[in-house]
Amino acid sequence: MELRFTPEELAFRDEVRAFFAENVPEETRAKMSEGEHLDKKDMVEWTRILNDKGWAVPHWPQEYGGTGWDPMRQYIFLEELQRYPAPSPLPFGVNMVGPVIYTFGNEEQKKRFLPRIANLDDWWCQGFSEPGAGSDLASLKTRAVRDGDHYIVNGQKTWTTLAQYADWIFCLVRTDTEAKKQEGISFLLIDMNTPGIEVRPIVTIDGGREVNEVFFTDVNVPAENLVGEENKGWDYAKFLLGNERTNIARVGMSKQRIARVRELAAKEMSGGRPLIEDPRFREKLSSIEIDLKALELTQLRVVAADAKRGNTGRPDPASSILKIKGSEIQQGITHLLMQVMGPHALPYHEDIEGSNEPPIEPDYAGTAAPGYFNYRKVSIYGGSNEIQKNIIAKAVLGL
Amino acid sequence: MDFDLSEEQSILKDSLDRLLADKYDFEKRRKIMAQPDGWSGEMWNSYAEMGLMALPFAEEDGGLGGSPVETMIVMEALGRALVLEPYFATVVLGGGVLRHGASAEQRAECVPQVASGEIKLAVAHTERNSRYDLNHVETIAKRDGDGWVLSGQKSVVLGGDTADRIFVTARTGGDTCDMNGIGVFMVDAKAEGLSRRGYANQDGTRAAEISLSGVRVPPAGVIGDPAGGLSVVRRVADEAIAALSAEAIGVMEKLHSLTLEYLKVRKQFGVPIGAFQVLQHKAVDIFVALEQARSITLYATMMADSDDEDERGRAMNAAKAEIGRAGKLAGENAIQLHGGVGMTMEYAIGHYFKRMTAIDLTFGDHDHHLQRLAERSGLFS
Repeated sequence: MELRFTPEELAFRDEVRAFFAENVPEETRAKMSEGEHLDKKDMVEWTRILNDKGWAVPHWPQEYGGTGWDPMRQYIFLEELQRYPAPSPLPFGVNMVGPVIYTFGNEEQKKRFLPRIANLDDWWCQGFSEPGAGSDLASLKTRAVRDGDHYIVNGQKTWTTLAQYADWIFCLVRTDTEAKKQEGISFLLIDMNTPGIEVRPIVTIDGGREVNEVFFTDVNVPAENLVGEENKGWDYAKFLLGNERTNIARVGMSKQRIARVRELAAKEMSGGRPLIEDPRFREKLSSIEIDLKALELTQLRVVAADAKRGNTGRPDPASSILKIKGSEIQQGITHLLMQVMGPHALPYHEDIEGSNEPPIEPDYAGTAAPGYFNYRKVSIYGGSNEIQKNIIAKAVLGL
Repeated sequence: MDFDLSEEQSILKDSLDRLLADKYDFEKRRKIMAQPDGWSGEMWNSYAEMGLMALPFAEEDGGLGGSPVETMIVMEALGRALVLEPYFATVVLGGGVLRHGASAEQRAECVPQVASGEIKLAVAHTERNSRYDLNHVETIAKRDGDGWVLSGQKSVVLGGDTADRIFVTARTGGDTCDMNGIGVFMVDAKAEGLSRRGYANQDGTRAAEISLSGVRVPPAGVIGDPAGGLSVVRRVADEAIAALSAEAIGVMEKLHSLTLEYLKVRKQFGVPIGAFQVLQHKAVDIFVALEQARSITLYATMMADSDDEDERGRAMNAAKAEIGRAGKLAGENAIQLHGGVGMTMEYAIGHYFKRMTAIDLTFGDHDHHLQRLAERSGLFS
């Protein structure tokens, strides 16, 4: 048992920190620190800086551009990235469809798509959820019917994050309506510029336009865009969802947000003194910090086990803890941040382009309440926390 | 980083688990508790033979040079079996005073006797009004020639009923709550002027109220600087918290596993009650609390031998607060999921719940440590 980082791991951490300090665009860092949304340009610019350094897709096999870092170094990299803060690589390409393509795709697909994912030449989005298929994803209905060397796709996807920027969407589609519901699903790559695709925004309770509905009407998809075998898509989807765990706890991000809470609570006054000096407030903050420290160690236990036994690619059911506690902590911090701003969290800062209206002061208060509203999502997406509990009950506890 | 046990550590864990599985099941434990001292001398000797008493002491003092990880392994096992023998009082608390406060001569005299199981130790620090504040000491030590004379009252001295030697804290100067002016004195339990009243605690462990009226301590019984004892007390308390956290993990493991077994065998409405989703989710809540508590215990263990008092203290605040929170959740839910049977004295689960509760009340509960951490600069700054 060795409960500390090795000197080599600490040296690696310093190297990563130094690189971020020199290379993360200041405007991007400031936006993230203040809880503002990044635009496409910010993401592309940063991804290319990482890709030039060879760090855009650290966990991929080296033959496809990966770094060859062990799981502990990958963890340190992401932790430092979030803590700086700098944008995490766009997950839909780097963490989701990329690994599916290099694991189950053919050579042609690998050559065509992987380098463009690493450089963010293609912006990918995820076409899994449907209006009638949320937690029960396998009941999805979007149909793909083979017609010669094409599939004709009809149906609707929803909660599609940042589809408005997307060049490509990876979809689960039903190719066999007779088989058991998990056995009639295929994994299809679809060019968003294909005629018959329509993207409609869904405005979320924070006022943001992050997610969309995507409609498919007689969309023609070349059969060469099928990944792996027809009707095996559910296996690839399970593989994809199992890969989400390295980043799901978001310990580094929560550390950065806690630092932000401290910074703002030192500025805001309460009872004639800075809020940060209020014992009740400090206790709430400490309580979240304790949870986060425990989660950090839980995450490190999972990473260290991967490092020792090799990442099997199969989700460790115990890592469902990371999702449950990680989301609770992230939500708790957004609530605390809103409380820090107090009444100044109330004004709704509408983002109207070209407006000359001065912002309502303090301008950094504008993201506090929307951040809280928006982060209710983290216990819902990626398998709701109740689904995570079902998974633990079945797979870990044997109930 | 590597969270797996080494081969030697695995052997330690397995052999202790085997011993306790053989000699310390629930029925045997009940008989042991009914003995006059409330614990078993035979078991005590077995622990000594295994080397558990010598574990944390330096090799040059006659110990085995074990690290906080070895203590964690032992305490987890003792927690799983709800062991009643005063290991914590003797080796973790008393042993801690010896390791961090005693002179080479004092260690040479005491450690071999502790390591062989010959003597038992206790630390008499808590008083009626001290609650969990380590700097609150009313007991007085007055100069008497080249020695000292102690007078005062000590409360809930763990293992104090059967200890052979007792480390007593007393004020050599300053006011009741001053950081300076606290001395630590080694007193023979049979010393003139010392009287004690032993009793059982809620969880079956034992303690004593100790009265000191004019107890004389020769110079050889003074532990370190007679005005600077607080740093020793703090260090021992921090190690105690790491050890108690580990014991709590053992207790919580059993709260968890016994509850799971029950959910699988107890049938109502024609099915095992574990088939009901609302009960499944409560069982998962226990599991999540256990794993988070295990993680914070690893953190406490990692920090237990740090020389940075502030950093170490913050880690212990975090660990003890989390153990208190997680333990209460696990204990209360374990009783609830057992239903009526969980309320009975003759069933194991309630005894684990009681030990968990007692751990929270020892060396600072959840609220105490959360407040202390909140007063400090946080865990990530």
